[in-house]
Amino acid sequence: MLMVATGNRAVAEAVREAKPVVIAAYPITPQTGIVEQIAEYVSHGVLLSRYIPVESEHSAMAACIGASATGARTFTATSSQGLLYMHEMTNWAAGARLPVVMANVNRALGPGWNIWAEHTDAIQERDTGWLQVYTGTVQEAYDTTLMAFCIAEHNDVLLPVMVNLDGFLLSHDMQPLETVDCGDFIPPLHLPHAIDPQNPIAYGPLTGPDQYYKFRWDIERSMRDSVNVIGQTQAEFARRFGRKYGFTDDYRCDDADAVVVSLGTLGKEAEVAIDALRSEGIKAGSMRVRWLRPFPKLDLAGREVVVIDRDYSFGFGGVLAHEIKAKNHIDVCSVIAGLGGQEVTYDDIAGFIKNRRIGEESWFGVTPGV
Amino acid sequence: MLKGTSACAGCSSSLSLRYVLKGAGPDTVLVIPASCSSVIQGIYPNTALNIPVYNIAFAAAAACASGMSNAFRAVGKKTNVIVYAGDGGTLDIGIQSMSGAFERGTDFLYICYDNEEYGNTGMQRSGSTPLGARTTTTPAGKTDEKKDIDAIITAHDPPYLATACSAYPQDLFKKVKKALAIRGPAFIHILVPCPSGWRFPPEKTIEIGRLAVKSGMWILYEREYGRLAISSPSKAAMKNPIPLENYLAPQGRFAGISPKALDILKQRITQKIQRLTEEEKGIC
Amino acid sequence: MFEVRIHSRGGEGGVTAARLLAIAAIRDGKYASACPFYGAERRGAPVVSFVRIDDRPVRVYSQIRTPDLVVVLDASLVGVVDVLSGLKAGGTILINSAHTREFAGYRTCSVDLTGIALRENLIMAGSPILDTSVLGALARIGIISQNSAKKAITEVFTDERNVRAADAAYREVVI
Ligand SMILES: Cc1ncc(C[n+]2csc(CCOP(=O)(O)OP(=O)(O)O)c2C)c(N)n1
Ligand code: SF4
Repeated sequence: MLMVATGNRAVAEAVREAKPVVIAAYPITPQTGIVEQIAEYVSHGVLLSRYIPVESEHSAMAACIGASATGARTFTATSSQGLLYMHEMTNWAAGARLPVVMANVNRALGPGWNIWAEHTDAIQERDTGWLQVYTGTVQEAYDTTLMAFCIAEHNDVLLPVMVNLDGFLLSHDMQPLETVDCGDFIPPLHLPHAIDPQNPIAYGPLTGPDQYYKFRWDIERSMRDSVNVIGQTQAEFARRFGRKYGFTDDYRCDDADAVVVSLGTLGKEAEVAIDALRSEGIKAGSMRVRWLRPFPKLDLAGREVVVIDRDYSFGFGGVLAHEIKAKNHIDVCSVIAGLGGQEVTYDDIAGFIKNRRIGEESWFGVTPGV
Repeated sequence: MLKGTSACAGCSSSLSLRYVLKGAGPDTVLVIPASCSSVIQGIYPNTALNIPVYNIAFAAAAACASGMSNAFRAVGKKTNVIVYAGDGGTLDIGIQSMSGAFERGTDFLYICYDNEEYGNTGMQRSGSTPLGARTTTTPAGKTDEKKDIDAIITAHDPPYLATACSAYPQDLFKKVKKALAIRGPAFIHILVPCPSGWRFPPEKTIEIGRLAVKSGMWILYEREYGRLAISSPSKAAMKNPIPLENYLAPQGRFAGISPKALDILKQRITQKIQRLTEEEKGIC
Repeated sequence: MFEVRIHSRGGEGGVTAARLLAIAAIRDGKYASACPFYGAERRGAPVVSFVRIDDRPVRVYSQIRTPDLVVVLDASLVGVVDVLSGLKAGGTILINSAHTREFAGYRTCSVDLTGIALRENLIMAGSPILDTSVLGALARIGIISQNSAKKAITEVFTDERNVRAADAAYREVVI
């Protein structure tokens, strides 16, 4: 069905289609639309999930962990401070190999309070063992949420998946949304280590130095295996529903001399900048990274690369820029832009590409020394 | 408190804040967790407050205030440290740090202004939302009852605990003065009708507060070193409460409340009146 | 791409108007996106919403700076905010007003949406509803088809009076 929906609504619609058994969530701007829509579905009986209105995000993730440990499909959604408050439990969910799916509406961190888009919240969760995907349109948020359940619950993965959407820019933007009847696209969840009193197991007991690292390696092995599962799931999605997704979303990159790399809605805005540059005869392209974990191999050989980071690692640099440098053994031009919802237009992005200086970092709007 | 708050029209939590600051005087620091008050105080670079305000994460107000109070006392400063937190920041996500601060005997005043919902994020349910009230996460009316935070805090045996309501400013003002004169942790729980969330016209904000007290849905009292004293506006109301419907009817959030929920609310009022009356007489 | 900026006050329906306009454009077979610009302010504060209509998917998320059309749902905002800011030369302004207005250099359209709402008794929580009737005026100006305007309204609202109000606005807008 073709409707007009916000990014938040799209996520809620996908959750309705995926039918989790348990949803535990706590409201936070700009994610509230997801929680409220789900509460409404549950209240009207159109979604038969148990919805637990927990008293904090720490409890939201803990409740998802408890539910998921029984083999139940689970979902939660959060943002910013909420994601940070969950941090102990996000590590737990991944370490316990539970396929929880979470939508995170990217928002800046306090202080000062700021409710607008930034990726630092999710970036700070990079090393927890969660798969992370960033979306750029309402349709993509919907499609990706559906795929997230397949990927997380696949027996070669069994790791939680975080679907990211930019606060307000995407969570509140209204766009066309084609919903699907997903049929058997998401197979039933069979958690091999589900709690079963017939087969008593101790979960997460004290594990010594001679054993612990094996469990860590096992997470990494599944993370590597997830690359295939993601590829297969995206291909199957395209086969069934006609919409194609990759690890990145490449726009006019084939013959490009300069490529701008970014996450989320910035990558869509960048496409407009690319069209403008192309009409001036500048051969530029845009590569929007969808999957940050597992981090994809990027095809950047022979191009000049501009990376826009809507995040920062203090004392180090833009995180996406540095990950690209490290993985591809190249130098890049790093631009820090869009922090806390700072307005970044396609003209600005065209400017970043035109004025690129490989090997340098600049902060949009900041004049050094001033 | 200065002009330029960004509260909704008819907001009684901003009214209450004004009375609290009047009672507290200039040697005061406010600690505010995420809540409507994070917005009400004004938006950078403006502020509507003329005392220091320390904004802190949602779950952390009481712990942050513990640190602040200890640091002031360590250098002999008597500065009032006041937490001004919503019901979500108190009963739900903040309960752990609050309980800790009371147990450790922190010298501070903790004020919970209770609009019975998460106002800042758009009127979702909280542990303080009454049974039957509609919020954006309880579209058919809440099915759980309001958490009795006063009983929980009383169990920590603080030297001072009081309830108040924005519709009774003098009562609130006196309680703030008293709370700050006492050493150790003090708690004031203020009911603040919220026109936007409770769905009544902004000009009725005082009237709704009065109806809450007159119906016995909200009872004003204080407990000093364990001794209960019912405050005068509630004394009369408890003897002869007006029908609860008079309080509920003007509020959109209670539209279509089930007879069963209404019954339970009424029962709770009767029980509470009885319990407090007996406690005041010393029969408990 | 056709860009629209809607000015209103919080609670007046500017966001819904943007949504309905996007739905109508999509029912016309076009692509569209709508977004409110959110500040931290509460009720009654000036709000702007944006709508983009195009023949291909909309990829822009930044604010509209040079609109083709400005809609003012609350005439009291004129002078309080610069409603003409960035409006393209020769662009259109549609204003909710009981009398016709002129903005030099622009095509000005006036329509008494408040009067229509009062006549149709379209009132919610004491305020007239403007977000549905404005679609009629937009159809008359030629941004969307009248048929899609109706479709959009009935997809979102069940009350027939909304469609009647939009029809009235279609007839009464002074261009
Ligand atoms: C860890 C965390 N979770 C969620 C939020 C989002 N949030 C901010 S204020 C708020 C509700 C506050 O409710 P309450 O304490 O009752 O105060 P009120 O807004 O009603 O004044 C929420 C959920 C947050 N800032 N931090
Ligand atoms: S939502 Fe309620 S408590 Fe919050 S500012 Fe508005 S009126 Fe005040």
